[in-house]
Amino acid sequence: MSVVTESARHTVVGPAPAHVGNGGRRNIVPGNGRLRTLQRNSPPPGSSAIWVGIAAITMMFAAFTSALVVRQGSGPDWQHIAIPRVLFLNTLLLVASSVSLEVFRRKFSAHRMGPEAEMRLNPRWLYASLVMGMLFVAGQYAAWLQLRREGVYVASNPSSSFFYVLTAAHAVHVIGGLGGLLYLIYLLRSQVLRRTTLDVAATYWHFMGALWVYLLALICVKL
Amino acid sequence: MHDVRATQEVKHHGPPASFIRKYIFSIDHKVIGRQYYGLGLLAVFVGMGLSWLMRLHLGWTSLAIPGLGWLNPVGAPGGLMTPEYYLQLMTMHGTIMVFFVLTVAPFAAFGNFFLPIQVGAEDMPFPHINMMSFWVTFAAFAVLISSFFFGDGPSLAGWTAYAPLTAVGSIAGPGQGLGQVLWAFSIALFCVGQLLGSLNFIPTTLDLRAKGMTFSRMPQTVWAWFITSCMGLTAFSVLMPACILLIMDHLIGTSFFVPSNLVVSDQLQPHSGGSTLLWQHLFWFFGHPEVYIAIVPAMGIVSHVLITSLRRPLLSWKTIVASMVSLAFLSYMVYGHHMFVSGMNPVSSLVFSFPTLIITIPSTIIVLIWLGSIYQSRLRVNSASLFALGFISMFITGGVSGFFLAQPSLDIMLHATYFVVGHFHFVMAVAAIFGIFSGTYFWFPKMFGRMMNEPLGKLHFWLTFVGVYGIFMPFHYLGLAANVRRYQAFVDDYTTRLVPVHQFSTIFALFTGAAQLIFLYNLIHSRFWGKLATDNPWESTSLEWTTTSPPPYDNFGGRHPIIYHDPYQFGVQTASGTDYIMQDSPEESVSEETRSSS
Repeated sequence: MSVVTESARHTVVGPAPAHVGNGGRRNIVPGNGRLRTLQRNSPPPGSSAIWVGIAAITMMFAAFTSALVVRQGSGPDWQHIAIPRVLFLNTLLLVASSVSLEVFRRKFSAHRMGPEAEMRLNPRWLYASLVMGMLFVAGQYAAWLQLRREGVYVASNPSSSFFYVLTAAHAVHVIGGLGGLLYLIYLLRSQVLRRTTLDVAATYWHFMGALWVYLLALICVKL
Repeated sequence: MHDVRATQEVKHHGPPASFIRKYIFSIDHKVIGRQYYGLGLLAVFVGMGLSWLMRLHLGWTSLAIPGLGWLNPVGAPGGLMTPEYYLQLMTMHGTIMVFFVLTVAPFAAFGNFFLPIQVGAEDMPFPHINMMSFWVTFAAFAVLISSFFFGDGPSLAGWTAYAPLTAVGSIAGPGQGLGQVLWAFSIALFCVGQLLGSLNFIPTTLDLRAKGMTFSRMPQTVWAWFITSCMGLTAFSVLMPACILLIMDHLIGTSFFVPSNLVVSDQLQPHSGGSTLLWQHLFWFFGHPEVYIAIVPAMGIVSHVLITSLRRPLLSWKTIVASMVSLAFLSYMVYGHHMFVSGMNPVSSLVFSFPTLIITIPSTIIVLIWLGSIYQSRLRVNSASLFALGFISMFITGGVSGFFLAQPSLDIMLHATYFVVGHFHFVMAVAAIFGIFSGTYFWFPKMFGRMMNEPLGKLHFWLTFVGVYGIFMPFHYLGLAANVRRYQAFVDDYTTRLVPVHQFSTIFALFTGAAQLIFLYNLIHSRFWGKLATDNPWESTSLEWTTTSPPPYDNFGGRHPIIYHDPYQFGVQTASGTDYIMQDSPEESVSEETRSSS
């Protein structure tokens, strides 16, 4: 419990800032009652929220993984499927898309304020990420088409079922990420893009890449 | 021009302009909380109505219930319930109560309303996602209820939806076609809604606390909601893929859960190799944390209400928080105690039994701290504190029976009997509901600006307290007498003799249900004609009592509170003559022997 020994006039330093938060780690009212200099930054909620989302998505794919492992051992009907080669090209596209987004993010962070500087901020790396992400989704669809041509459908055997489930679930989340990239482009063109928004979107996009690498390894080893 | 260095600020939304923005698609967490409460209220009366129908049938199997034939001519021709229809009602009763009452009311409703206020924030960080979470949950409820009106009715497989009954389609019985798909889709939607809620709850607690609000200064309710949202994050995101796989088995013909050579209704099923135990593992990995998601917010509410009523802090708030965290952590390790007789390796039973016995320890610690804090105190008796005490009674009763079920050797005999039904109704149905009632009576003045009627509240408590003991206590006896659960009638000679016990329970169920009408009347009457409430009618200390009743759209009227104290400065002597100090008051106790919470 803090002990305030001075009068209340020392406990408020001017009008409170418009943004609130920053409750725990800084600006705790100390024993002498003097608030430290109010800091402008509060922990951006988006940076916590994205990890909340990532945790939820991770648990979902953990459930799919455990279902795969159990199902593989539960019956004699497991037939390994031939992994479409296009998946490896898709992986390169997604990883390159992450690299491209990271390059853009670092350029954005290093960018100086000023109207001339803004006009020089070239969003091509961001556009490249978006295009490669779209190509990734198209490539996944091509993989499904290839399996269909070979007569391997969702219910053909449990291995194919998991292939479609895992790749479709991942693709749905990637499409959400593409929506996020489009939103970034919109904010950039409207000149209201904040660094936190970009950081959050980039974190999610890199997670999609890392998740895909894991899923590809799982598919190659197990399916 | 964008500021590349500025971190994201909390978006501030102005007051709503239109009726739709104010009452329907609102981004104000308080409106969303009230909407969730309304949904929980609707759901509890629907679920309770279903339980009346079930109990009437169990007590008087050949009774034709008026109006039931009109509702479902196939399920209840002439008002006489078929066995399948009983199971359909049972499934919907369980599903509605567990998901749309016990998860929605104490967590989503009260949490949405009070979490931002109690941490000193203007709103949740993502108000539009918060709005989406309610409407997705509402859509889930609508989808579930719609299963009554399509095809041959809702699923009859129980709220646990065990495969392969739920995976083979309509061949398995009425409601197992479209009804089961609607059930799975509804639950998957519900999971999404709650995940969107967690997406707000966790950042609010971590990042939007007001200045001076350290973790040690957060109220018990905030801790409870934070712990619950972390549990929900990991539990709901496992149930959702399970429901997706179940729908795939139904609609696409996959075999995740359906084994080979399964014959249903004399027909060989076109599935092979699936694992029925897989569904149980996935479901109960969610299912056990789910019951703690239902109870932990109620524990937080009870702690919060008790402290205000006792006018002194608990013996150790840190131990209670640590115990709630332990419950959350252990809840993932005990889920197999629902599967002792499922056919899994008996050694696994030991592995799950041990943490199940261990988990009684933090539960007991919490109860003992409450009891120790109540000892030799001068409790202010009101409806809220009565229901808080009632929670303790119900939780002890239900918890003790859980200890028996935790042991595989006993569970072999008691599994799927009324002993289990009695256990979970006490700890979940009744204890959690008592927590909801306690929170309602306590926070109603803040939510709606009016006081509830105290004499009616006390009457509601005593009638309900007696009633629920009358309903559920005999279930333990029934279970020990080998009365199997999920049977719609008792025709064997050893169960026929137990029918009078069921009739006794049914009478108490109707009596208790009638008592809830008192609560409903009190709620509605007080909402419009109750005595106007002051800002702090209970003389409590947490931040919600520093603002008006009800709070303005930005919670604090433009003020940004600064926190000086923990939320339980009670039993102190102040210069102003009160026995409490508000969290945002720089005032200190004049006594050097101020009791501080540890």
